[in-house]
Amino acid sequence: MALARRGGIGRYYNVNGWLFVAPALGLIALFMVYPILWSLWMSFQSGRGMMLKFAGFANIVRLWNDPVFIKALTNTMTYFVVQVPIMILLALILASLLNNPKLVGRGFFRTAIFLPCVTSLVAYSVLFKGMFALDGIVNSTLEAIGIIASPIPWLTHPFWAKVLVILAITWRWTGYNMIFYLAAMQNIDKSIYEVARIDGVPAWARFTHITIPLLKPVILFTTVISTIGTIQLFDEVYNLTEGKGGPSNATLTLSLYIYNLTFRFMPNFGYAATVSYVIVVLVALLACLQFFAARERDR
Amino acid sequence: MNNGFTRKASAILTYGFVGLMAFLSVFPFIWMLLGATNSSIDIIKGKILPGSALATNVSAFFTQVNAPLVFWNSAKIAILATVFTLAVSSLAGYGFEMFRSRHRDRIYSALLLTMMIPFAALMIPLFIMMGKAGLINTHFAVVLPTIGSAFIVFYFRQCTKAFPSELRDAAKVDGLKEWQIFLYIYVPVMRSTYAAAFIIVFMTAWNNYLWPLIVLQSNETKTITLVISSLASAYYPDYGVVMVGTILATLPTLAVFFFMQRQFVQGMLGSVK
Repeated sequence: MALARRGGIGRYYNVNGWLFVAPALGLIALFMVYPILWSLWMSFQSGRGMMLKFAGFANIVRLWNDPVFIKALTNTMTYFVVQVPIMILLALILASLLNNPKLVGRGFFRTAIFLPCVTSLVAYSVLFKGMFALDGIVNSTLEAIGIIASPIPWLTHPFWAKVLVILAITWRWTGYNMIFYLAAMQNIDKSIYEVARIDGVPAWARFTHITIPLLKPVILFTTVISTIGTIQLFDEVYNLTEGKGGPSNATLTLSLYIYNLTFRFMPNFGYAATVSYVIVVLVALLACLQFFAARERDR
Repeated sequence: MNNGFTRKASAILTYGFVGLMAFLSVFPFIWMLLGATNSSIDIIKGKILPGSALATNVSAFFTQVNAPLVFWNSAKIAILATVFTLAVSSLAGYGFEMFRSRHRDRIYSALLLTMMIPFAALMIPLFIMMGKAGLINTHFAVVLPTIGSAFIVFYFRQCTKAFPSELRDAAKVDGLKEWQIFLYIYVPVMRSTYAAAFIIVFMTAWNNYLWPLIVLQSNETKTITLVISSLASAYYPDYGVVMVGTILATLPTLAVFFFMQRQFVQGMLGSVK
């Protein structure tokens, strides 16, 4: 570094350094930084199509009075408040069970549970739509076992449509999170568990008092990426439930609403940009939360 | 401590739970395979035995969908995105790690922030930009915005930390130029990093939905993901045909997974190293 800053050789290093990073920087500036600033500017404008005029805070005021936006926001929040904890807990339990070297066939179980990650979001949504049809395999199985008396209208009832979306996302992403926990568990000293076991600490207590505290950084990381993913949910709701937003918009998400505002209804780029900035703010808040939590940890 | 009975009970519980979860994870795949052999009505009625409609479904799929074209579109997009993203990102990852400077380190920190940008906030400006450039309905417009990826740059930089600097010093003594060192030494040495990054980018591009949905508007340019979605959203979807489509769309990524399982998992974990 000290050498690089001085005269000739420093110049040489600098030119090369810039040349190597220039293509990536240029592309990211053009296709990420410029558009995100542009949509910030757009969110203060209003009008039809490309005929935009400066509108100040009119779009933000409109947000508060827009029942469809409130619905999309509530739905999005519901998804991550309900789904993320269920999935994280399930992934943690599976990871700690499959981390046991004495478990026969754990390689097979790991691969099987990870397999959903291979499918595209559209492909599995389409599969789930067929499986959860009114007379479909899920309803007929549940009826055969005697859990339900009449078929559940998964695709057409506002409540059950939400449940279906949550079930589907959990199916797709539990194995993905589990892989992170399994990798982190490799770094935990096995002897901690041995000592705890000899001291008579039961399995559940070993899980809550050893595994979870030691995995805290990874749990935090996966929680944040899962939440960010859920906030941006689009493919599943678009392909899973009826009417591009579900029965009476019951499954509508923010991303889907932006899509509808821009490409299905009379396009209002300004207002759609404002809604998209709600997502930006939510994601930024979460990122800050992770940052502060990580700093707390390092102290 | 543990007597034989509770140990046996907990073993049954463990295997029961893990087995059930594994079954639920795999079942939709089995259902997809069985579905391809049944008629649409049987599928919707929840039949789980193999049927005799496979030939009908396959031929219906190939008459309703111009399959070679659709697969060519998907493959073209995925391959172009992968080649360009890997080239651009590995150059940047190498550059940021090998030529450290205060300015570049600051820019790098700012670059990482762009990982947080949600696509929903980009799609309107990007759509207008592509419209102005006359690129709507082209595969170029699908690929172009995905090439610059802060995440893949980050991945390459993290992995470059393990690149032995003695190799670079030796090459310099031998009189190789910087680009020669990158091309002839770095690239071959970092094979496994490229493999893992290849999997991430290829999968993302192959499965990408929202951006192609916006940009690709004619049947001649559509990808397999878009085609499945529109087949399934018909008023009365033919599920047998849909199943054939989903199988064909899932095969490439499934193959990549089974042949490169180690790199696959490594790629997924890349971000926590």
